[in-house]
Amino acid sequence: MPLTHLKHLEAESIHIMREVVAETERPVMLFSAGKDSAVMLHLARKAFFPASPPFPLLHVDTTWKFRAMYQARNEAAAATGMKLIVHQNPHAIAQGINPFDHGSLHTDLWKTEGLKQALNLHGFDAAFGGARRDEEKSRAKERIFSFRSASHRWDPKNQRPELWRLYNTRKAKGESIRVFPLSNWTELDVWHYIHREKIEIVDLYLAAPRPVVERDGMLIMVDDERFALRPGETASLRMIRFRTLGCYPLTGAVESTARTVPEIIQEILLSAYSERHARAIDHDQAASMEMKKQEGYF
Amino acid sequence: MKSPIASGVAASSVLAEAYLQSQDQKSILRFITCGSVDDGKSTLIGRLLYDSRALFADQVAALEMEARGGGAPGASIDLARIVDGLAAEREQGITIDVAYRYFATDKRKFIVADTPGHEQYTRNMATGASTADLAVILVDARNGVVTQTRRHAYLVQLMGIRSVVLAVAKMDLVAFSQARFDAIVEEFERFAKSIELSRCVAIPVSGLHGDNVSDKSARTPWYEGPALLDHLETVQVATARMADRPFRMSVQWVNRPDQTFRGICGLIGSGEVSPGDTIRVQPGSATTKVRSIVTYDGDLDTSVAGQSVMLTFTDDIDCSRGDVLTAADSPCDVADTFDATLVWMDVDELLPGRSYLMKIGARAVVGSVTNIKHQIAIDTLEHTAARTLGLNAIASVDVSLDRPIPFEPYAENPDLGGFILIDRMNNRTVAAGMIRSALYRTQNIHAQILDITRDAHAAQKNQKPCVVWFTGYSGAGKSTIANLVEAKLHALGKHTFLLDGDNVRHGLNRDLGFSDADRVENIRRISEVAKLMADAGLIVLTAFISPFRSERQMARGMLPEGEFIEVFVDTPLAVAESRDVKGLYKKARSGLIKNFTGIDSGYEPPEAAEIHISTVDMIAEKAADFIVDYILGAR
Ligand SMILES: Nc1nc2c(ncn2[C@@H]2O[C@H](COP(=O)(O)OP(=O)(O)O)[C@@H](O)[C@H]2O)c(=O)[nH]1
Repeated sequence: MPLTHLKHLEAESIHIMREVVAETERPVMLFSAGKDSAVMLHLARKAFFPASPPFPLLHVDTTWKFRAMYQARNEAAAATGMKLIVHQNPHAIAQGINPFDHGSLHTDLWKTEGLKQALNLHGFDAAFGGARRDEEKSRAKERIFSFRSASHRWDPKNQRPELWRLYNTRKAKGESIRVFPLSNWTELDVWHYIHREKIEIVDLYLAAPRPVVERDGMLIMVDDERFALRPGETASLRMIRFRTLGCYPLTGAVESTARTVPEIIQEILLSAYSERHARAIDHDQAASMEMKKQEGYF
Repeated sequence: MKSPIASGVAASSVLAEAYLQSQDQKSILRFITCGSVDDGKSTLIGRLLYDSRALFADQVAALEMEARGGGAPGASIDLARIVDGLAAEREQGITIDVAYRYFATDKRKFIVADTPGHEQYTRNMATGASTADLAVILVDARNGVVTQTRRHAYLVQLMGIRSVVLAVAKMDLVAFSQARFDAIVEEFERFAKSIELSRCVAIPVSGLHGDNVSDKSARTPWYEGPALLDHLETVQVATARMADRPFRMSVQWVNRPDQTFRGICGLIGSGEVSPGDTIRVQPGSATTKVRSIVTYDGDLDTSVAGQSVMLTFTDDIDCSRGDVLTAADSPCDVADTFDATLVWMDVDELLPGRSYLMKIGARAVVGSVTNIKHQIAIDTLEHTAARTLGLNAIASVDVSLDRPIPFEPYAENPDLGGFILIDRMNNRTVAAGMIRSALYRTQNIHAQILDITRDAHAAQKNQKPCVVWFTGYSGAGKSTIANLVEAKLHALGKHTFLLDGDNVRHGLNRDLGFSDADRVENIRRISEVAKLMADAGLIVLTAFISPFRSERQMARGMLPEGEFIEVFVDTPLAVAESRDVKGLYKKARSGLIKNFTGIDSGYEPPEAAEIHISTVDMIAEKAADFIVDYILGAR
């Protein structure tokens, strides 16, 4: 009887995490409180049990996440006993960068620059991220261990072949690795695992009546008073949930009645849309993800 | 954004429950697809993804939009485009090596490694195949078995894939002819047999129309086998095969939260383990018993191949990362030299004798290729002699390591027989290798016990041995300074020996030229000789260009800490060339000498030499005094 697919994925992710801890000097886990982060953190707890994971959590904050995410983030860190580092790019704060007025500059400064700053500041040489290869076309060929130059650039021509379970983690001073332990998981696998393992998730993933505005073809939730209505716009209560979570003004909701994890799974099975469909960041320009990655975005 | 089916489905929970239940039996199959350009590979993968609903409406809509190109709505989508999302990158000149796709049925989750068929094929296919349980080899029904098909079959065999599907594609274009199918299968099987490829299952398909992909086709009534997907759902996966072998686990990490607890972590490569089992910690021979298998979800009674676990032992036996735990009654062999197959993956060629880092299991050791027995021409399978290996070369080689390791032949256990080589200078992964067997020759030599120790040799000469390694361009002044140093040491009653081109190139190394490969071998031999002389208690001086950091590093690594003194005789190329004492630069410039350092062959200056002599600022006599002081004073 071979291992079930979730056991297999779990074993692989744990193996990857242990390899990083054994071979790098200062690993860190990027933690956004989203579902992938939650699964990744759960796997880390399994990998290092009975000790707590031997690295801190890092949240590269934009100040524009959903309020519920901040709460979930703090609770998760407290529950694991891991140190939580929150980094906000001081230049972005000073310039008041926000998703309403600054378009892609918002992502560039808060996320891309913010991440680089945080990694440099603490001297982290390996960072776990929750990205999956099924999320987006350009990720299909991404390595599990992805190398970044000292200036955090991703050079797609210069990535190392990955054979068997043998990861080459060697790097020169200043270089770092982004490690994706969930590379081989799909959205369904993640939900199925959350269900099986009873992993806590932010309730924004579950359907509830929430105030939303329809803008540029997306349903945007009005999460706090900073949301300025445009002329003619009104917020209305609709039964919605989110398939993916980011900055609230940039994240589209889907109308849904799924209030439990099995119902979410049900919905995905029947769904007609991919997960990233509702993310403004990917629509920016054709090869957007590719470009952002080269610049150092996760 | 509203998804029309999803919202308002009342009978929802029934489907979800059934789904969740079926998922608990689900296993993973990883496979690779191989085909030459336009054989219909992308179309076939696209069909599998499409039929298994691994695509969402927005992705399909985007494809429809592309298909229409502004034309009529409803045009059928191009299935190949689903997986061809990388076309744009190709235009940008980005190398796509392996792309991974995912789809699932109720029985299995599938991970497809898709390798585009361009010139990097060997390297990419080896990478994709290394994790695959099964290979689908595609043949265009119109073209039959072509050179590329043989190449794919050979690589599949080389990488040890046990399950092979021959998909005869585009059957619609040969009117679903049984005669055509049979002829192709017969030709393929003849070749497969000649390379000892595992038995394969041949399936006539049309990716475009879906025949025999998810369902059996009515258009091939003569075909009695399964549809492709049925076969993929039922074929045995590799981890299942590994479960029946003896227990092996590479120790990945030792978990020590406090003084009272020690957990040994790793992924079980083969067999199974239970509390009470007696296991061996290799390469040593000590044994211990498993006390418990500790997990976050509680202790386990048994764990099997493929699981990541943590074991505790009944005693405090030494055990650290890289060790291999094995069933005590059927341990692994241990050796330090191997017969292996190598796939070279880097633009810089393999240089025999150069030391590389080998990663195998959870262990990294230093090793080198001591001999290229032959290279294998992938299209003809001819064996040819080779002195170096370039990108995508495949060869049978001897590998020698700096210490013995537990291993198993790759064909039996990829986990303990597959390895990568890493360049120690630039950290690139330069090769994949597969151990075939151990070579025991050198082990006997190791066993020889030397009665007179190294220290005894040195003590008798009343000196501390060392190797003073001069490096720099031709004409930099290495020999001049080295000769002065030796004369001064000799005058002081020290026992010395100077190795230079004059006494080495004409004898020991007279079979070597000046190619990169020969330069590496030249330095390797000199290092070995220098080391033996240092063992004999001598102060050894070497004066060779020794252009590569790697080899100087290797020489350093052979000696005890502090006994290797690197002297960089730093004369800028322009100065050395203007002196041109022996007239060599002139000859090199005019093309009379090939592979001349600084002209058409590289020099890598030391980054942290013990002694740095700038000959522009210091005369030879002074430099020699300085070095002698260092050798005697600093020690
Ligand atoms: N008639 C027919 N055409 C096919 C079939 N499969 C692929 N093709 C066509 O063959 C061409 C190359 O297919 P593609 O999947 O891109 O090949 P790849 O280069 O191997 O990925 C395309 O024009 C396809 O439409 C098939 O089963 N029947």
